[in-house]
Formats: sequence, structure tokens, C-alpha cells
Amino acid sequence: MPILSVERVTKAFGGLAAVSNVSLDIIEGELVGLIGPNGAGKTTLFNLLTGIYVPDSGTINLSIDKQVIPLNGIRPHSICQKGLARTFQNIRLFKDLTVLENVLIAMNQNINYGLLTSFLHLPAYKREEEKLLHESIELLRIFDLDKKKDELARNLSYGEQRHLEIIRALATNPKLLLLDEPAAGMNPAETANLMDIIGWIREKFDLTILLIEHDMTLVMNICERIYVLDHGMLIASGTPDEVRTNKRVIEAYLGEDINNA
Amino acid sequence: MRKFIAIGLVYAIVQILIMTNLISGYFQATLVTIGINIILAVSLNLITGFTGQFSLGHAGFMSVGAYVCAIVTMRMPTIPGFILGVALGAVAAAILGFLVGLPTLRLRGDYLAIATLGMSEIIRIIFLNLEVTNGAAGLIGIPQFINWTWLFIFTVGTVLLLSNFVKSAHGRACISIREDEIAAEAMGIDTIRYKVIAFIIGAACAGIAGAIYASYFHYLEPNLFGFLKSVDVLVIVVLGGLGSLSGSMLAAILLALISTYLQSFPEIRMVLYSLILIIIMIFRPQGLMGSREISLSVFSKLGRNKLWDRFKSQKGGQ
Repeated sequence: MPILSVERVTKAFGGLAAVSNVSLDIIEGELVGLIGPNGAGKTTLFNLLTGIYVPDSGTINLSIDKQVIPLNGIRPHSICQKGLARTFQNIRLFKDLTVLENVLIAMNQNINYGLLTSFLHLPAYKREEEKLLHESIELLRIFDLDKKKDELARNLSYGEQRHLEIIRALATNPKLLLLDEPAAGMNPAETANLMDIIGWIREKFDLTILLIEHDMTLVMNICERIYVLDHGMLIASGTPDEVRTNKRVIEAYLGEDINNA
Repeated sequence: MRKFIAIGLVYAIVQILIMTNLISGYFQATLVTIGINIILAVSLNLITGFTGQFSLGHAGFMSVGAYVCAIVTMRMPTIPGFILGVALGAVAAAILGFLVGLPTLRLRGDYLAIATLGMSEIIRIIFLNLEVTNGAAGLIGIPQFINWTWLFIFTVGTVLLLSNFVKSAHGRACISIREDEIAAEAMGIDTIRYKVIAFIIGAACAGIAGAIYASYFHYLEPNLFGFLKSVDVLVIVVLGGLGSLSGSMLAAILLALISTYLQSFPEIRMVLYSLILIIIMIFRPQGLMGSREISLSVFSKLGRNKLWDRFKSQKGGQ
């Protein structure tokens, strides 16, 4: 049963169809890649899935615990609370807050105390805050960031900031995780390490993952299925081997064969 | 615990100074102004400094609290009447904050500032034309209930409640909106809800400040709550540091003292006042405190280090 099913979704900006007529299904537990040349509409599709943009037409359904939840027209925070979290291509951490605060904010929806408790710091405050602190530090351990919990996010290295983005998304307790270019700007060793960790996270948190990536070694190595977008349209899908040899994909990336032109 | 001892000490010292007449009646009025400005500044700081919403409507919320409290206490000139007046003033301002916030908080930055400024002017004009507020002539002879004790309770109470709030999960949600609204929304924070909450809390506190004003200075007229009053509060917040409650308190005290001291130079008072502001902003563009807070542990650490140094030097001398 697909955890996410996108049917004939279209989004146009002015006259330009950034995403047109895209349908895709993601099965629970899968690790799916979304690739395509620059400007193909990958991030726009992510923004449609997470509610930042509203599709012009088409439907997006999330199925969690056998319940189908239509995501069209729902605000982003609500989509996140339903179990769909994301990272951003252009890192969007809370840069002037500490590493720990970044994670705590993402856990906000789990807090069990009201406004009155937060004004008066009633006993529930201390109990809940300690629980959150404990859980946050557990998450930060994934990428060895627990030692840097009191540093400002802006002072982390680029790779660490990408890691923190993933941890922050995990802190919202998602079922489906969307990663927008998690390996951008990383060297091959860092990318290899990231691949291991993505696989590990998926097992440990019982996640379904959809990721956008330009690093083909990463995509071909860890993704079970791949969707390829070009000019807003879905041009191919299948296993890494199928996609690798697909003629339209090669054309999209390398241009048409001279003989055909 | 240390916090409460320090608070009690401040209260006791000033109370003794007042009882022994070392603080004159004139300076007591300055104290009340400081208290009111602290409440106004910390509550505007919640809206502007912590949640990142640029509001120029604080005088409007303050005036609602002031008029409601004045009208209630003039009909019930007793202590319970006064407490009821302050409470109703805060509630009325909070309701107004909700009504204004819901539509305007969809706006950002400058647009929100202009919308809240407009709201504040509308309120002023309404008070100017209502019968119950006695129009432009204003209300005279409001019973005075505010003394040092009440002022202290309300000021410290507001500061403590707000500082607890910003350290809670709900406070963090507000701060995340200031940092990056889209990221906050993507992390499951209902940004509109939290903006409205910050607005309501800020408005309620401004209402309390207005109620204290009405109940100390006997007299209210709509023009006390013009655009410049909102700017005054904003100046305190920016000067103290956006996102620092102790900065707001420090700036409120500092500006009141400067302004009181400058009374001796009436001709050039505003020139000097503005010059001081400009100089502070040139050398501390992030405000006196930036977004940091003063805590008591800083003082005790200073004290401990000094003692330790003295202890060491004594040992060395032997």
C-alpha cells in the first residue's frame, strides 16, 4: 500500500508549468530517489508535497495507519504533524539559535503542557522539558552533534548543518522523510558516510524516504527506485539499472544524440 | 530561590527608602514611569523581539487598559474595584489584540507595522469621540491605588511570567517564527496561531501598564496614547536589545533616569536625549544587551572570583 500517492499534480508559475501532470507512488518502507537536471521541478514537487505551494490540479494523499489523508490545501505545519517531514536544499536552520534549540523547536508538537504551565513553570514543565532534552540529545548523537549542542547553528560546518537539518526533521517524528539534496557540497568521504547513516536512520526509525540528489553514486547505491523529472514532467521511473539505461534519461542529462538531431 | 531573595531585597530597600522619605514624591513618579515602561517594553519585546512581528500599536492596547481600569475604578473606588479594573483592562486589551492580530498578522514587516499603527490611531479617535471617556477633555479624578507595592507586584509579575514563557516550548515556537517562518511552519509550528498568541499576551500586558498609568496619574486623555507613545516603547525595546527581557528592563530604567536628570536642562533636554540615543545606537547597534540576558549567576560568579583572588593573594602574602 502506498504511503504517499501523487496523482496528476500540476503547478504553474505564470505561464511556466514547473510541475505538470506528475503521478507517483511511494510504498511504505521504500527509499526512493527523485532526480533530474537543474530546473526540472524537483524542489517544486517537494514544496507541493509539504504544503508550501498548493497544486493547481491533482491530488496528493498520505496514508498513515491505513488512514488516507488528502494533503491538498492543508497548511505546512499540519502536514508536518501528520508525519511528513523535510529538509531544505538551501539550508534553513534557525541559525541564531543553538543546535539543541533547533531540535527542541522541531519537537514542539510533542509537548504535553499548555500555556498556563509555561507561564508558571508548573511541575509538568520540568518533567516534559527534561524528557524533550533527553530525546533531543539522543537524536543529536546520530551525527555526533551532542557535543556541540550549545553552539549556534550558524557556527557549524556546512556538513554539520546538513546533518542538523536531518536531525531536526527526524525530531518531528515523521513516517515519511523528504530529503532535498542531503549530500550537496559534501566530499566523497562525507557522502559515503551520509549514505550509511541514511540507511541506518531508515531502519531505526522505520521510515520511508524520498530524496532529491545530484550525486549519482549516492542515488544509484541506496535508492530502490528512482523517478526522473525533466521540464516538470515525469520521464522515467524504475530501478537504478533501468533508469541508468533509459534513453530519455540519458537525453535529458546529456542532450540528444547528434545523429538524431 | 536566589532570584526571589534578590527580588524581595529590591522591594524592601525601595520600600524603606520611601518610608524614610529618602525617595521624594517626584522620584516616586519616576519609579511608576519606570515600572510602566518596563511592562510595556517587555511585552512589546515578546511581539517584536522574540516573535519578530514589527508592531507599532502598543499605545493603542495600553489606552484600552487605561480607560477600562479608569472607568471601573471611578465607579468602584475600592481595592477590589481596582483589581477588577486592572483585570478587565488586561482582558479588553487582549480581546482587541486577538481581533486586530487575526487579520493583520498575515502581513509581514513594514506592512504589519503600518496596520498596527492604523489600529492604534483608530482606537485613539474612538476614545476621542466616546461619551464614557469624556472625549478630548479626558477623565479627571481617577482614584489612585497604585503605590510602590502594587507597582512592584505588577512589574515583577509581568516580567517573571514573560521570562518563563519565552523559556518554554511555546516561547521557543514564537522565537522560531522570528528566525525563519517557513522552516518553523515546516517543522510543525502553527505560525499564525503563535503569532496571535504572542500578540494577545503582549496586548494584555500593555493593558495592565495602561491600567497602572490611569490609577497613578489621576488623569487620562486620548492624546497621551498617540503614535509617539508606541515609538517610545519601541525605542526602549530596540535600545535594550531585541529578544532580551533584561535589556528592555535596563533600557527602561536608564532612559527614565536620563530623562529625569535632563529635566535640569529644559531647553536642550530633547536634543541631549536624542544625542544619547544616537550615540548608544552607533556603539551598540544590537542594543545594550543584544539578545542575551543578565542572570544572577553572573553577579555571584563575579563575587566568587573576586573573593577567590583575594584569598589567593592573602595566601601568597603569607
